[in-house]
Amino acid sequence: MTASDSLFGADLLSVAQLTRAGIVEVLEVAEAFAEVSRRSVPRVPTLRGKLVATLFFEESTRTRLSFETAAKRLSADVATLSVASSSVKKGESLRDTIETVEALGADVVIVRHGASGAPAQVARWTEHARVINAGDGWHEHPSQALLDAFTVREALCEARGIDSEQSGASVFDGLRVLIVGDVRHSRVARSEVLCYRALGARVSLCAPGTLLPRDADAWEVDVVSDLDDALGEADVVSLLRLQTERGSGSFVPSLAEFTATHGLTERRAALLKPDAVVTHPGPMMRGVEVASSVADAANALVTRQVANGVAVRMAILYLVLGGEPDLVAAAP
Amino acid sequence: MSTDRLLIAGGTVVGVDGTRHADVLVEDGSIVEVADHIDVPSDAVVLDAQGCAVGPGLVDLHAHLREPGREEAETVESAAHAAALGGYTAIVAMPNTEPACDTASVVADVLARASGAMCEVAVAGAITVGRDGHALAPMAEMARLGVTLFTDDGTGVQDGDLMRRALEYARGLDVTCAQHCEELVLAAGGVMHEGAWSSMLGLRGQPALAETAMVARDVGLVQLTGARLHFLHLSVPDSVRLVVDARRRGLPVTCEVAPHHLSLDDSQCATYDPCFKVNPPLRSASDVQGLVALLRDGSVDAVATDHAPHAPEAKDQSFDDAPPGMLGLQHALGLTVEALGGVEGLDLVMLFALLSRRPAAIARLRDEDARAGGHTAHGGDVKAGGAANLCVIDLDQPTTVTVSSLASRSKNSPYVGRTLPVSVRHTVLRGIPTVRDGVAVR
Repeated sequence: MTASDSLFGADLLSVAQLTRAGIVEVLEVAEAFAEVSRRSVPRVPTLRGKLVATLFFEESTRTRLSFETAAKRLSADVATLSVASSSVKKGESLRDTIETVEALGADVVIVRHGASGAPAQVARWTEHARVINAGDGWHEHPSQALLDAFTVREALCEARGIDSEQSGASVFDGLRVLIVGDVRHSRVARSEVLCYRALGARVSLCAPGTLLPRDADAWEVDVVSDLDDALGEADVVSLLRLQTERGSGSFVPSLAEFTATHGLTERRAALLKPDAVVTHPGPMMRGVEVASSVADAANALVTRQVANGVAVRMAILYLVLGGEPDLVAAAP
Repeated sequence: MSTDRLLIAGGTVVGVDGTRHADVLVEDGSIVEVADHIDVPSDAVVLDAQGCAVGPGLVDLHAHLREPGREEAETVESAAHAAALGGYTAIVAMPNTEPACDTASVVADVLARASGAMCEVAVAGAITVGRDGHALAPMAEMARLGVTLFTDDGTGVQDGDLMRRALEYARGLDVTCAQHCEELVLAAGGVMHEGAWSSMLGLRGQPALAETAMVARDVGLVQLTGARLHFLHLSVPDSVRLVVDARRRGLPVTCEVAPHHLSLDDSQCATYDPCFKVNPPLRSASDVQGLVALLRDGSVDAVATDHAPHAPEAKDQSFDDAPPGMLGLQHALGLTVEALGGVEGLDLVMLFALLSRRPAAIARLRDEDARAGGHTAHGGDVKAGGAANLCVIDLDQPTTVTVSSLASRSKNSPYVGRTLPVSVRHTVLRGIPTVRDGVAVR
């Protein structure tokens, strides 16, 4: 895949398709939409008449709600198709399902699927609709990584007294990002590695041996074994959800042991640098990946991630539908 | 036009241990003369073989014909058509049909469907009832219908003790077991090869060890029982090395590799196109290189297609949900030539050993073995008195694979758009052309 400097008019299937400039473009458009979100009537007519279809083959409330809120704030029509993955097993091929949705007139299809790569296949089967990957199997969750980067940039700029709108990707240069937990089964981790690396950060992974993907060193990251040592070096700690529903539970002897070796406990949180920030894509298992008090501390960005998610997804929808990056501010 | 007499003129005849420029005269299904020059008999049909290699018809040890049960994907007739275009005169039908080929009645059904087909069809029977790995299938009643090869292919026999009984029982019947080597526990539901690509793509991987562990176990079982065992579609060099080592110790083991494991690697999965999903999975680039080296140095007994047609709707699913398998019969020859290094300096004797002579021997389709099983002989020497099952390969004419050229009912070929170094000019079955000048003759 050749990375592009812009998401303009493209599908969003993987963070790998964006260069540093392409990611910064998303962050900058998202800044403008974040301003919209703060208005008393947080709505602009930008995508009036466009039909955004959410096609979730796997359960999700948060991501779907976030995308649908984003679409509504842009005045798009939203069609929600809840497709239990069992409907495929009833006989309709994935391709037929997609062609049906496109025949309804969808301009954008937002796909979540339990199988890695499904959005890439969907993109091959659609003729004119743009496709956004809202999470596929263990593969990627691009909008999550982009909103994580947006939130980290915002928080670091605030702390350093920089205007984030003018900052580009400067705060990421040499930034130390530590991703902790179930990397193996995490689509967020794969997208974050691509995103933070493209932005210029140095990424480390810390996980129990069973939860590291095979040949992870091919990702050009550092794999660290001792969390306590790594925490003192990190500027950003990205905690991942332990995907117990995907059987990750059997990859560690017990949740208690996972917490003991890889949880961000109060003791470990004290090892962090004073200006380090903590992200988590949610939903959190308090007391497992992160102590409750740590999750609620000022340097934990969890609720800001959710709030920013809407603005970042507005930016993604706007760009994939061919919106001009310069014209966002022209919204009434 | 009578085709009782055929003259295959001007080609390079590939024998058991060398080649010569010669004409081949065929009459009533048999080769009657091989000589430097034969005058064209007045009533003979002449097949031009200038620039061609003339050898025994190809024999495939491993084809999924899908009939009975999955006729939308393939039938015995359509698979035989694809096989003839690929240069084959005999193919072995795998037993993972619906119902499974685990009784004499299903064997008889498939054999009956094959009676008018464009190549001969030998049937492999299942080792266990329903191929579910729990109880031995009635191998003796299938053997009475000429079945000489037994396998649960599609899956391996997981229970080592049951596999031991199968080998002991097969030995008593003088038939051969064949194993699909995949330890399901180690494979852990993997849909592609486990490595850097599976990690990046977020697809569940199965380690090469899932295959090699079962190869190692079964080599031990052959040592224990003394029974013959053929290893199907070995996909990693370590597996082949285990077989080579066992053979060196005198154990009666043979192995095949599939053309796709010689030509495609796991990076192909990056598009998530289920056309590249196959089992065993496409392996790493270094595994492919290693397997090609073992093919060239003579470690591999046979190339077998693992032809596995799937209807478009079956492959229009996610990579996880789509069934594994790809077409093979029509292009295995070209891919094998490519793996051997291309036409320049090609060892034709080795080519026909890999694609005809050794697979025919493993499937007991040579000489009197073939006649005992109700077949004509395949994979023999091209000489007077031999059965006229022949393949004429045009060494100067490459093949470009197109969807419309696929004779299979399914179109799941991963080679569409690829150009292969040779083409099949003629295929002759029992003295009659099934393919003439690259076109199927019905």
